[in-house]
Amino acid sequence: MTGPSGTEAIRIEDLHKSFGPNVVLRGIDLAVDSHEVVCLIGASGSGKSTLLRCVNLLEPIDSGRISLLGHQITGPNIDANLVRRQVGIVFQSFNLFPHMTVLRNVTLAPMKVLRLPRSQAEEQARALLDRFGLSDKRDDYPDRLSGGQQQRVAIVRALAMQPQIMLLDEVTSALDPELVAEVLDLIGELARGGMTMIIATHEMGFARDIAHRVCFLEEGTIIEDAPPAELFTDPKDERTRRFLRRIVEAKRL
Amino acid sequence: MTDNQAGQPVDPFMGLPQRTAGGLFAPPGTFVTGGRGPRLFTGGGRQGTIVSTLSTIVVLVAFVAIFALAPGARTVAHAFFSPQAMWQSFIGNPKKGYYSVGAAVWLNIRMFLAAEALILPFALLVALIRLSTHPALFPIRVLATAYVDFFRGVPLLLVVLALGLGVPGLYLPVISTQPDAVYGVAALVLSYSAYVSEVYRAGLNSVHQSQVAAARSLGLPHRTALRYVILPQAVRNIIPPLLNDFISLQKDTALVGTLGVIEANQAANIYASTVFNYSSFTVAAILFLLLTIPLARFTDRLIERDRQRRLAGGMV
Repeated sequence: MTGPSGTEAIRIEDLHKSFGPNVVLRGIDLAVDSHEVVCLIGASGSGKSTLLRCVNLLEPIDSGRISLLGHQITGPNIDANLVRRQVGIVFQSFNLFPHMTVLRNVTLAPMKVLRLPRSQAEEQARALLDRFGLSDKRDDYPDRLSGGQQQRVAIVRALAMQPQIMLLDEVTSALDPELVAEVLDLIGELARGGMTMIIATHEMGFARDIAHRVCFLEEGTIIEDAPPAELFTDPKDERTRRFLRRIVEAKRL
Repeated sequence: MTDNQAGQPVDPFMGLPQRTAGGLFAPPGTFVTGGRGPRLFTGGGRQGTIVSTLSTIVVLVAFVAIFALAPGARTVAHAFFSPQAMWQSFIGNPKKGYYSVGAAVWLNIRMFLAAEALILPFALLVALIRLSTHPALFPIRVLATAYVDFFRGVPLLLVVLALGLGVPGLYLPVISTQPDAVYGVAALVLSYSAYVSEVYRAGLNSVHQSQVAAARSLGLPHRTALRYVILPQAVRNIIPPLLNDFISLQKDTALVGTLGVIEANQAANIYASTVFNYSSFTVAAILFLLLTIPLARFTDRLIERDRQRRLAGGMV
């Protein structure tokens, strides 16, 4: 597995975000190196998803700053579309385009955003689909695929834009248990290939195996940020311990 | 939460029938869609077919009997269904002072096609303006809302008369010298675009916000996301109500006849008041039916084909 490179891919500083009276993020500081895999864990509503959506600029932030490869991407006069070319995001509910075949789902953005000619976009999409065992699903519509296949296509769709960093937002949470492994395997392969990733997940075993660092979030702040071996076996903060105890009781670890 | 650790023992009966099982594990009595959509309203088997056929015959016979046994049956049959008068009005005879209903319906078709070609883009524009959120567009949004409120509230007949009688009276160059049918089409476009824009708006709102997020997250600009992701899904959802409005539009081309334009209904009217026989209206009605029914069947096929394509493989 390639490790963190030492060059910074993402830096988040003092990020605040609320929805009306509901404060979701209260001062997040997080830096992720290139080729580093960071897992975000925490209860539902702790702010994991919102954090990822802010990094992709899908949610406007209230205060703080986010930098991508040394360039600030928050603030006025930022072309969100340019940022999103660099930052891929995959959602819990797949969100494939139901009126397009798998191939069209994957080629749409490269053709319309990167202006690749159709032949080149399709060639690249075929290669990606082949690599992740989806070549026979190329001409199917998303409704015909299983949840696991749909989520793999969604990941391929994001990869087709050749992003610098991938954000995965609880990508296995909507899947039937027997379909979780195929998606986690794919993410594992990406990690081994050196993809920079921030992964919000409830799969503690997966986080322990794949992450270079694990961040525990509660009520919109990062309570603890440590390598998995440390965080899962010897958590420093009482709140982390309490969360992990509940996970163990629920037989999730 | 629905998260599950891979490899953990899980209750196999937790949750609903598995999508991936291709319906294998669907318990008996599960709601399954057949070839022609949900079978909620079909009765049971052959006995059901016999009963429904019999009841249909009884109802039809009753209607015909009431009509045939009515005291004025002969008079009405002659006034509305005289084969000779129907043929005469269909082919027309300008020397005797009446026009061909069959030829006049061609004008209805042209007015309908022209109106529809204008309504589809114009109504979409109105809907997009109403759904826009940019602060700078606020005045146009108010204007669009006022437009929809006004033209949905005013009877189409009044709009036809106002444009057809009012605009020529302005004596403007070009604008005031158009044929009456043009004012009629303009009135149809103004009135129907108000309705159709609301259909579009409902369709655009029916596409889930997560589709917008997915498109934008790939770096697609707003306009591109709208064109390739949102609009195609919205239009699929609104084909039935759109068709509904267009069938209605086909019929309402008859209102343009009030401006003296010789379309099918007006031609039938002239025949009736010249020959004192109403069979010409029956001819017009049949011609309108011949236009609208194929359109309805065509749309049914479009919807079915789209459904089949997306769900082929029999997955529930």
